[in-house]
Amino acid sequence: MADILKEQHNKKYNDYVKQVTPVHSLPANMAKAFVTGGAICVIGQAILNICEDMGLDRDASAGWCSILLILASVLLTGLNLYPKLAKFGGAGTLVPITGFANSVAAPAIEFHKEGFVFGVGCKIFSIAGPVILYGVFTSWVLGFGYWILKIINLV
Amino acid sequence: MKQKGQQSISFEKRVFLVSSGTVVGEKEGQGPLGDLFDLVCPDPVFGEDSWEKAESTMQKEAIQTALGKAGLASYQIRYLFGGDLLGQLIATSFGVEELNLPVFGLYGACSTCGEALGLGAMAVDGGYGDYVLAVTSSHFASAEKQFRFPLAYGNQRPLSATWTVTGAGAFVLGNRKSHAAITGFTPGKIVDFGVKDSMNMGACMAPAACETIYQNFMDFSRQPKDYDRIITGDLGYVGKRILVDLLKEKGFDISGNHVDCGIEIFDAETQDTHSGGSGCGCSAVTLGAKILPALEKGAWKRVLFVPTGALLSPVSFNEGQSVPGIAHGIVIEHC
Repeated sequence: MADILKEQHNKKYNDYVKQVTPVHSLPANMAKAFVTGGAICVIGQAILNICEDMGLDRDASAGWCSILLILASVLLTGLNLYPKLAKFGGAGTLVPITGFANSVAAPAIEFHKEGFVFGVGCKIFSIAGPVILYGVFTSWVLGFGYWILKIINLV
Repeated sequence: MKQKGQQSISFEKRVFLVSSGTVVGEKEGQGPLGDLFDLVCPDPVFGEDSWEKAESTMQKEAIQTALGKAGLASYQIRYLFGGDLLGQLIATSFGVEELNLPVFGLYGACSTCGEALGLGAMAVDGGYGDYVLAVTSSHFASAEKQFRFPLAYGNQRPLSATWTVTGAGAFVLGNRKSHAAITGFTPGKIVDFGVKDSMNMGACMAPAACETIYQNFMDFSRQPKDYDRIITGDLGYVGKRILVDLLKEKGFDISGNHVDCGIEIFDAETQDTHSGGSGCGCSAVTLGAKILPALEKGAWKRVLFVPTGALLSPVSFNEGQSVPGIAHGIVIEHC
């Protein structure tokens, strides 16, 4: 009985907290994310086009595009400019490859002090790790499904 | 009678706040209290090479400042009560090591300043020391590193989030007369209303602050008007509102004389600190820079100082536990 009362009390309090806690405006955040993420993608497209104009094939151009965006993100992280960009752009800076690069570079800088093995080595993927693990796992699941479909001649 | 009411202490002797030392970082120095701190250091690592060592150095500087103002040498201090936010209290351990004093390491999250002052006052009142030190610190970067993300990681903070104060406060308590004294202490209980949002610590801690303040009123038979100010540690704008509402439900209106150190220390508009400041250092440096001078001058006669703490760790948070709060009430009077 006491547990139920406590639960009810906590629920009431949590509902009240929700009411009095200010939140960011979702439409404004979405608009900023759209503009920022879009701008990053436009830069990527420009790199791609320039590479293709210079005679590289599509795969090599895509490689250059990723490499240059990652380089830019890591440099901006090192100069402490990426967090400012992310504060404005939110998911717009998180979703493109630049966000991933930032999430690897930031722990590397932070934990450098704890050494190259237990610091950088152990902590570098502390944010990106889940993305890598579940990314690889998801591709394995999809690959397995594709293989089954192939065996039963559906694809 | 030293025991007062259900859980408070009324000190028989006056436990004087002999001196204080406050050290803060650049952002705090640019805030509304900027000119009142003893030392504002523009170097975020305080001349060291890591955030943790920087925090220890802040503690050292704060203690030296407090000792210097009191005209005491470290060997005249009987005991040191101190704590911080870092795992296993490393900022305190390495910060006070060189003083060569008997040390009590305390963890009360951001309420540590209250815990240290309360226990220190008990030691002085009990006659176990003529002078004791209470010290605490927090550093924005070491706290972010431990509790959240690496500094260079880009993310958005919710509006309810607070900004950890880079600062250390040290206080010499003793028998020697000064113009401010600790006369009462209401140690707080752990209060858990089941809030799980670690980015809304004001909401996690407000119930604990409410409990402690209410208990203080009961134990000392006082009302809000008996205090010139009731000063919480780091509830921020969100927690302040909740605290006032919760106490209203219990029949006390503190809206007229409630102040929160987290709101005082930063200018939320220009410094982008969202709900306010937080951390052990927040209440400690505000006490040293703003509250004590007002008490010493007699502008305030009696205040209830209530540092608030959110008792979470990255492990408890990841394991889905709620964030309980704790708050310790210190009665400080002009004399």
